[in-house]
Amino acid sequence: MSEITEKLFMYLELPFVRYAVIVGVLIALCSSLLGVTLVLKRFSFIGDGLSHVAFGAMAVASVLNVSNDMVIVLPVTVVSAILLLSGGRKAKIKGDAAIAMISVGALAFGYLLMNIFSTSSNLSGDVCSTLFGSTSILTLTSKEVWLCVALSVAVVVIFLLFYNKIFAVTFDEDFSKAVGTKAQRYNFLLATVIAVIIVLAMNLVGSLLISALVIFPALSAMRIFRSFKAVTICSAVVSVICAFVGIIISILAGTPVGSTIVAADAVVFIIFYIAGMIRGGVQ
Amino acid sequence: MEQLICRDVSLGYEGNAIISGLNFSIGSGDYLCIVGENGSGKSTLMKTLLGLIPPLSGEIVRGGGLCANEIGYLPQQTAIQRDFPASVTEIVLSGFQAHCGMRPFYNKEEKRTALENMERLGITDLAKRCYRELSGGQQQRVLLARALCATTKLLLLDEPVAGLDPMVTADMYALIDSLNKEGVTIIMISHDICAAVKYASHILHIGDVLFFGTKQEYLRSDVSKYFSGECVKR
Repeated sequence: MSEITEKLFMYLELPFVRYAVIVGVLIALCSSLLGVTLVLKRFSFIGDGLSHVAFGAMAVASVLNVSNDMVIVLPVTVVSAILLLSGGRKAKIKGDAAIAMISVGALAFGYLLMNIFSTSSNLSGDVCSTLFGSTSILTLTSKEVWLCVALSVAVVVIFLLFYNKIFAVTFDEDFSKAVGTKAQRYNFLLATVIAVIIVLAMNLVGSLLISALVIFPALSAMRIFRSFKAVTICSAVVSVICAFVGIIISILAGTPVGSTIVAADAVVFIIFYIAGMIRGGVQ
Repeated sequence: MEQLICRDVSLGYEGNAIISGLNFSIGSGDYLCIVGENGSGKSTLMKTLLGLIPPLSGEIVRGGGLCANEIGYLPQQTAIQRDFPASVTEIVLSGFQAHCGMRPFYNKEEKRTALENMERLGITDLAKRCYRELSGGQQQRVLLARALCATTKLLLLDEPVAGLDPMVTADMYALIDSLNKEGVTIIMISHDICAAVKYASHILHIGDVLFFGTKQEYLRSDVSKYFSGECVKR
């Protein structure tokens, strides 16, 4: 045991490992905060859809040889998020179908573009790392870490400031509109924040696994807690712990970072599910 | 004093009018029941009154110092709410959302008023409970308390007794009646013509024939004979 802790401390002294832990934990925190709202709004799959859009945009960026692909990826993802979330109930194509359509469409076009105009010698490796998360989390520069810290702080502050409004609009949009809250504005705000988180999180777990970061902590928390505040706090704590533990395990055991974190989230969900059943049975 | 006046209003979706030529007004302290068959446009009318959808033509005028966000609303329950993890207090407090403006949190005054409203509706002991675990009648009381936090001037109730058993229904009607006696204007959509005739001061009947008037006028009119059957005769 002491050997493992020794190894762990040795790793934690390395700057790139510390960067990875900081970024991973922050991304997990942000995605879990909004996860509760997304799950309740029946938009669990939006993470998946948007990350595939981001994947497509990334392919376009690499074909166009744009040096900083964020310039293309972020705006495209934000616009898609707004279109998906604001369409809401009145849209001609309903939420789940719209997400599925955009998701697979963008994935197909992205892969197609990468295939046709590829400049890389290791195409399948590139695609695989974009889909399942790359080791790029371990090669972050301090500039990228600061960008991630700044965006995460912004997301948390926005969430805290608008917490009550987000709750109200999620619980009952019609009531909010009736009493004069500009519900649509909050939907736009949510969409933008989610898009930013997704683009950030792609570095960590890759586009196929992003939904897990968004929905698992929220679903776990909902098994046990019964108020919105408690669910939100619990989901944030669960997500942060899982991300931390996942990164450490992946470093120690040499497993892929993204899937290890998601596996940790899934295990916690099962534990919470059973705990919820036992608690429900006792009452 | 007139709180809400509809002048020659047509309403519907995407240019298709469901109701046209609607004229009525409701004064402070009135109890208006909107009755009519399924699909006659009752819920559409309510959404139009709330400003959720614009009227196709005509105008809806607010009077008597009633501001845009001073209409409380008791909606029909949505699927989302059935498994929503939220405590009763959180939901009741959200009635104040429009009062805050850009202020992010609820203040002491609002929290106190929320408690008062919960007491008024007899749900103080449920404060910490989870909304989805409550019975239908309790849930309606919670939503009613939230509506009272939004305003105490005018409440719009969309079928407040849908899905409740007869005992709870009677309680709910008594509760709404007592709020009305305390001076809250009530506009209620109902299928239950007997309750409408029993409690309301005014009736708006929509459908093939439009009728608006006091309860007494309604009972004398032809519309009621065709629609309401035996419970009117009693």
